[in-house]
Order: sequence, then structure tokens, then C-alpha cells
Amino acid sequence: MELFILGCILLLCSGTAVVLLGRFRVASWIATLGVWAGCGLALIPVIQTLGGHCPEPLRLAWSIPGGSLTLGLDGLSAFFCLPILLISPLAALYGCEYLAHEKKSLGSVLFFCNVLIASMLLLMTAWNGLLFLVVWEIMAVSSFFLVVFDDEHAHVRDAGWTYLIATHIGTGGLLVFFALLGRQAGSLDFEAMGAAKLAPAMASVLFALAVIGFGSKAGFIPMHVWLPEAHPAAPSHVSALMSGVMIKTGIYGLLRTLTLLGTPQSAWGWALVIIGLASGLFGIILALAQNDIKRLLAYCSVENIGVIAMGIGAGVLGQAWNQPGLVVLGFGGAILHVLNHAIFKSLLFFGAGAILHATGTRDMNQLGGLFKSMRWTGMAFLVACAAICGLPPFNGFVSEFLIYLVGFSGIRTGATETVVLAIVIAGGLAMIGGLAAACFAKAFGVLFLGEPRSDLVSGAHEAGAAMRWPMALLAVACLGIGLSAPLALRLVAPAVQIVAASDGASLGKALSMPIPLLAAIAWLSFSLLALAAALFFIRRRLPRGREEDLTGTWDCGYARPTARMQYTATSFAQPLAHLFRFILNPRTRGSLPQGFFPRDAKFETCTPDAAREWLFAPFFRAIDRVVAPIRRMQHGRVHGYLLYIAIVLILLLIWKAGGQS
Amino acid sequence: MNVTQWILPLAAWVLAPLMLGIINRVKAKFAGRRGQPLLQLYYDLFKLLRKGSVYSRSTSLVLRVAPSVSLACMFLATTLLPWGGLSAPVAFAGDIILLAYLLGLARFVTVLAALDTGSAFEGMGASREVQFGALAEPAFFLGLLVLVLQSETLSLSSIMSELSAATWQSSAILLVLVAFSWFVLLLTENSRIPVDDPNTHLELTMIHEVMVLDYSGPDFAYILYGASLKLWVFAALVVNLLVPMASLPVWTQIPLFVLGIGIVAVLVGVVESILARLRLYQVPKILIGSAALSLIALIVKLMD
Repeated sequence: MELFILGCILLLCSGTAVVLLGRFRVASWIATLGVWAGCGLALIPVIQTLGGHCPEPLRLAWSIPGGSLTLGLDGLSAFFCLPILLISPLAALYGCEYLAHEKKSLGSVLFFCNVLIASMLLLMTAWNGLLFLVVWEIMAVSSFFLVVFDDEHAHVRDAGWTYLIATHIGTGGLLVFFALLGRQAGSLDFEAMGAAKLAPAMASVLFALAVIGFGSKAGFIPMHVWLPEAHPAAPSHVSALMSGVMIKTGIYGLLRTLTLLGTPQSAWGWALVIIGLASGLFGIILALAQNDIKRLLAYCSVENIGVIAMGIGAGVLGQAWNQPGLVVLGFGGAILHVLNHAIFKSLLFFGAGAILHATGTRDMNQLGGLFKSMRWTGMAFLVACAAICGLPPFNGFVSEFLIYLVGFSGIRTGATETVVLAIVIAGGLAMIGGLAAACFAKAFGVLFLGEPRSDLVSGAHEAGAAMRWPMALLAVACLGIGLSAPLALRLVAPAVQIVAASDGASLGKALSMPIPLLAAIAWLSFSLLALAAALFFIRRRLPRGREEDLTGTWDCGYARPTARMQYTATSFAQPLAHLFRFILNPRTRGSLPQGFFPRDAKFETCTPDAAREWLFAPFFRAIDRVVAPIRRMQHGRVHGYLLYIAIVLILLLIWKAGGQS
Repeated sequence: MNVTQWILPLAAWVLAPLMLGIINRVKAKFAGRRGQPLLQLYYDLFKLLRKGSVYSRSTSLVLRVAPSVSLACMFLATTLLPWGGLSAPVAFAGDIILLAYLLGLARFVTVLAALDTGSAFEGMGASREVQFGALAEPAFFLGLLVLVLQSETLSLSSIMSELSAATWQSSAILLVLVAFSWFVLLLTENSRIPVDDPNTHLELTMIHEVMVLDYSGPDFAYILYGASLKLWVFAALVVNLLVPMASLPVWTQIPLFVLGIGIVAVLVGVVESILARLRLYQVPKILIGSAALSLIALIVKLMD
């Protein structure tokens, strides 16, 4: 445990050390070295914990009411440390090159980046509600400062503002949650909270608060509004860190909550499954309609969080129905998907960052044909696209397979509720999977394939080594987890055991049940690769001695096609966007060409976020109307303020005097 | 490993191109023509394999690798198919999910290869393909749920071996609904009329054929062969559903199965001859309709 703390301290110190050195290039390397060293130190106890040797929790005395300052690791928190410890060093390394040409001082971004990483690590070990909240707030604030790094742009400041409000709505929910639970348990220590006997109604209220609090961080619909604003605004390695890792702290919180609230109720499971389905479908449909690559990735995170929530919901239902098979598959799939999503989503953001770095735009309709100039980035991006669609032989397939299997294996009992669950999970995941394939075929196809759509691409260059290697490593990890699926399940087993054992049920056999299936999948993935390679080899050998010509694309007899005639990102997604227009409500402006010799025609389309437009905007406008009169009190005249102070003092005196008599 | 289990994949690899010959022959008969030879696709494949190839300057490695990946997916998919009482060479709980995702991977790489050419027509085809694919997948999985519920097992081989004459007596309606739903998927996924017209001469209206416009030589042979294997995979699923082979003696199963596949090919030919092509806007409706059929089957199963 001491090593873990030492790692966090190293992170904070190296971050603080470079605050004032921000204008020198060496600063980012010092900070990165700190991240590597800190994460390396913290990895040792994490691996020990996953191997079954939990370190002794660290209990420190503190003078604040509500239990003791306890830091500890168990299977669940150790597993959630893995993505942090894997992605953070790579993101820091990537950031060194990504920000190398920045004119501004890098002091703040380096400092807050290290603080963010350290706070996420500490959050995993916080075993006390108050400590948890404090670290949670540090995490929120440090990531806010990272989002507003480019604060000279108005849209970045707006995005930061949206994020700050959204995250504090969540924190508000958590404050009430911990206050209520602490009151019931008599202490804010997690151990005491877990032992508290809660009335079922109370437990449900607490669960709802946790869903709001943690869901706003994770990005459940409709609390997802900050993701598509904050991710594009932040520097790309920060987006990778936030989308790949930070939003998972919400999932961690939710799972931790489940261990605190005693026997789960089936209503909670249903709530999570429905929220998950809604987030998954809305997220991917909104992602499809985006033309800004980082916005698209942000919406896709909403989708993946939805898939994770469906898995957790199924696990909770399994607990409520006392079916260990469902528990293992649901929680196992969801927790494995957390790691998988961290890997491929960071990779995608790294790739998007490399493109932004090389071309200066995030607008997919301006890009195209990048595969020729950015081969490494393109290959890594392609792997991540296939993985995020859940296609074999990559890691996304393994976790989605487990979640699919929840639906199928539950249905065998034939009870009506299991059939409904199966329809929601299997039908929903199939739909989400199909739409994700469409979305990422669009992303990769429009960015990397075909011909360049504008001059921005002509200057594009491959990213340097510090940006390339993190991408290559993550791509290898995508394939590695896919090919060693049974091992991956062993990795999540301790975490599943902790979440599932809150009601004392023994998983025992159920934990090893999916292992032969995953072994079969791993073998088939190997054969798929081998077979494809063999076929490609045969194909290369076939035409020996025969000619292989290069020519223009066959455009149905049209002799001079230009790059502007290609399908664009908008046109590729148009049929599906049209099909789901009742969700998307795309706004179009412009006029179609008219007459025999049309001259002026223009067309604009944009897809605003429905939750932001119809839910939050009216809500905050209403608040604004109510509180606007209060603003008159703040008029800037000093004697007025003195008067307020005097009035308050007099009122206090009267109250005090009244109390004594 | 049981050698007889490999007969079915082998049969698929050898006989799959014949299905297209049968379909074309049936269409020709309906139109009063003599039609091309039954083995035409074999001739085409051999001819293409011996040719050189032409690539577009716009394309990259993606276009060159895609046919091999997609054909590898189809080969693996055929090894997951059972027939009658005999299990497939590869069978495990949840293998059907892998089957669906192998087909998904094949579609994904084909779509990317189409976008690689930078042609507006191929982009159009790719866009339509992903749209229909996204709608076809839920329909496929809902049909599968019916069968899992019916047989209480999770692997395709055991699901199909549970279907017997007794199942037909007790719940024929389920099997018919799912089989019909999957037949619609067969037409969609293999780009047959009424969804797509494999013989159309206007690139604007094509879906699958337009995506592979820029392929030639051995690559095109891979693609055509892969497409015929895909047709076989769907036909095998439908035949397995409709013919309760598990209750017949083993030696009759092989010929019966192959005959069944032939009949499905004839059916496809008949459908192509008597139906017109739907407008593209109508296609989502029949896909949602086929998902609804499986949903009805689920409800029926729950009621009794």
C-alpha cells in the first residue's frame, strides 16, 4: 500500500515541480517521467492484489468527523486501477509530442494532468465517503482545467462551463448519497456502510442518488451532455484520458455502491438495463450523425457506457433472481468492457489527435485519403475501429460476447422476465453493434480512405515516435486481449467476486463456466487470422508473371471524377440519419439548385443534442428567470455591500440575544 | 475430431457456387430463356483466378486485404454450421454469436474497401449496406432467441439437433415464423430481389454489386466465392430449421440436406422471378417486419 501512495506522491511532486518550467520543453519530459515512475510504483501493489494478496489497508488518524482516513485496495479497485495505470503513461508520452509546438506555457496542463491521474488513483483506494468526495472533487476540478486549456476560444470556455456544471450536478447527488448512507451507518467508512442494515425503500433511494451522481460522470443519458462538448475541446491526450479512463470512475462508483447497499433488488437491475439500452442506442445514433471526429468519439463513449450499464444491470438481475451464471456473465462482461473500452477509445482519441495535429481540422468532411500519408496511425485506428464495433478477433468482441451470453443463458429457464431481458439485451446489442459498425466504417472510411477532400490533407505527415508508439502498443493490446480471452476473464474474476459477493453468494463454479467458450473464441480468432493471412499469401502468389495495372477509379464511365464527388461523412450516414430523424432532429438550411443552369446552391446541416436542447436548456433558462432578480443585489457599490454586512450582523445579534433569553 | 463432421463444410466449399447456377437457371426458365450453364460460376472463378488485376490509384492496402479477410470469415462461418443430428466441426455455447459477428466483420471490410476507391457510387452502396446490415442484425438475433427458448441450449449444433418431428407437432408456428424471417434476411444479406438486384445495369440502384466494382482478377474471384459461401450459410440455417433431420437415419441426412439447399436456391430463383425490386425506402420496413415476426414467435412461445 505504501508503494501505491508513494506513486501518487511522485505524480503530484513531478506535476508541481514543472508548474513554473512550463515554457521549457524539458518540463513535459520531467512530468512524463514522473507519470511513468509513479504509475510503475503503483502497479506493483495492484498486480499483487489481482494475484490474490490484498495489501493491508492504510489507516491514518484525522481530526475530521466521519470515520478514519482509510486507503485500501481490493480486487475491484485494483482492476479499475489497471486502465489508469496503462493509459496514463501512454497519454503523458503522447502529450509530450502533441503539445511540443504549443506557444503557451504548458505548466498548467502538465500539473493538472498529473493531479488528475493521482486523484483517479487515490479515488480507487479511498475507503471513506468524505475522502472519496474530496478526491472526486479534485478529479473534477483538475479535469476542468485541462478541458479549458485552449481558453482563448469561446467554444472551449463554453465546453468547460458545461462540464463544470454537469459534474457538479453529479457531485450534488453524491453529497446527498454519502450523507444519507453515513447517517444510516453511523460512520462514513465504507466498511461500516457495507455493514449497515438498510430498509429496502431507503436502499432504493440511495441507489437512485448513486445513479444520478455516478451516471453524470460516466455519461448515462441524459446526463451525457458534457461529453460531446468537453472531449472535442480538450487536447487529444486529455480527451483520451478523460474518455478512456476518467468516465470509468463513474462505473467504479456504481459498482462500489452495489457492494454497500446490501441485497440488490430486481428494480435496480431493470433500471440499469433500460438506462444502458437508452444510452447505447441514443449514443450511437447521435455518433453516426456527427462530422466532427472527436464529437463522434465522445458520443460513442456514451454508447459504450450504455453497453457496460446493460451488463451491470443484467448482473444485478442475476443476483436478484439468484442465478450465478447471469451474475458472472453480466458483471464479468461489463467489467472487462471497462478495460477494453479504455484501450480502444484512448487509441481512437490518440488517432484523432494525430490527425488534428497533422491537418489542423477535426471536420471529417475536409479529410480523406490519410492512409497513404499516415500509415501507422491508420493501421492503429483501423484496429481500434474494428475492436470498438465488437468484431473478432479483437478485444471488444470478447466482452460483448459475454454480455450477449447473459441474454441467451438467462432465457433457458423460460420465465417471462428472463425472456424480456434477453430481448432487450440481445436485440439491443445487435442493433447497437450494427449501428456501431456503420459509424466506424464511416469514421475510418472517410478519414483514411478515398481521396483527400481538401488541401489540408496534402501537408499531412505521420506522427512522430512519441505519438506513434502509444498507438501501436494499444493496438497490440486490442489484439492481445482478443486472442487471450480466457486469461482476460481470469483477470476480472476478483472484481466480479467482490461485486457479486455482497449478498454472500458463492460464485465458485459459475466463474469458470465461460472459460472453455472463451478458449474456443480465442482459437477461432487465431484461425481467422491465420486463414486470412494464408488466403492473402495465396492471392499474392497467384498472378505471378501476369500484369497488375494501376488506373483511375471506375466511376461508371465518367472520365474525370474529382475528390469532391466522393461520398462524404454526411452523405454516408444520411440513410440512417433519415431513418432515425425522430431522435436526431437534424436542422438543415439552404436551397437546392434550381433551373436549367443552376448557380447558387448551398446546404448546411447540423444535429443538436436533444437532451441539451429540450431538457437542460429550458431547465437552466427557468432557473435563470427565477434568480435573475437576486442579481440586482450585486450592484458594485461598496457602501451597499457594507449595508448588507451590517444588516446580517444585526440579525445575528438579535438571533443570539433571542436564543439566550 | 470426427471426420464425418467435416463433410458439411467440405460440401459447402465445393457446392456453394452451384446455388447461384440453380438460381440463374430458375430465373431463365421463368423468363423463357435457356440460361447460362449450371456451372457458370465455377468457370468464372477459374477464369478470374488465372487473370491479372487492375487497381485504382486511389486505393490502399485496405482494398487489397479485404477479399482475403472476408473470404476467411466465410470459411470459418461454414465450419460453425451443423446439419441435422450431427454437430458442426466447431461447436460451443454461443457459437451463433460468433457466426453473426464473422458475417459482420466480412461486411465491415467490404464496406471499407468500397470507400477506399473514393468513388461516389461505391460510397453509396457502402452506405446502404451498413444501413440494412444494422437493421438485419436484430432480426437475426431475435429469431435466434426463439430457438434458444425452444431448445434450451446455446450452441447452434445442439439447437438444431433438438428440432425433431415432435417439435413440428408441438410448435410448428414458431419454426415457420423464424424460418420466414431468416429467409427474408437471406434475401437481404445476399443482395437478392426484392432488396437488391444482382443483375441490374445501373450502378445508382445497386447495393452489393456496386461496392465491388473496382475489383478484378483473383480478388474478384475471392469475392464471388465468398458471396456464394454466404448464401450457403443462410440457406443451411433455413434448411436446418425446416427439415427435422435429427429424427431421420444418418445416411439419408446428407443427400436430404443438399437437396434442401437446392430447394432454397430454387425458391430464391422463384422469388426473384415473381417479385419486383422494392424502393430503397421500403427495405427498412421489410427488415423491421422480419424482426417483428421473430418477436411474435417469442410471444407465442411465452403464451403456451
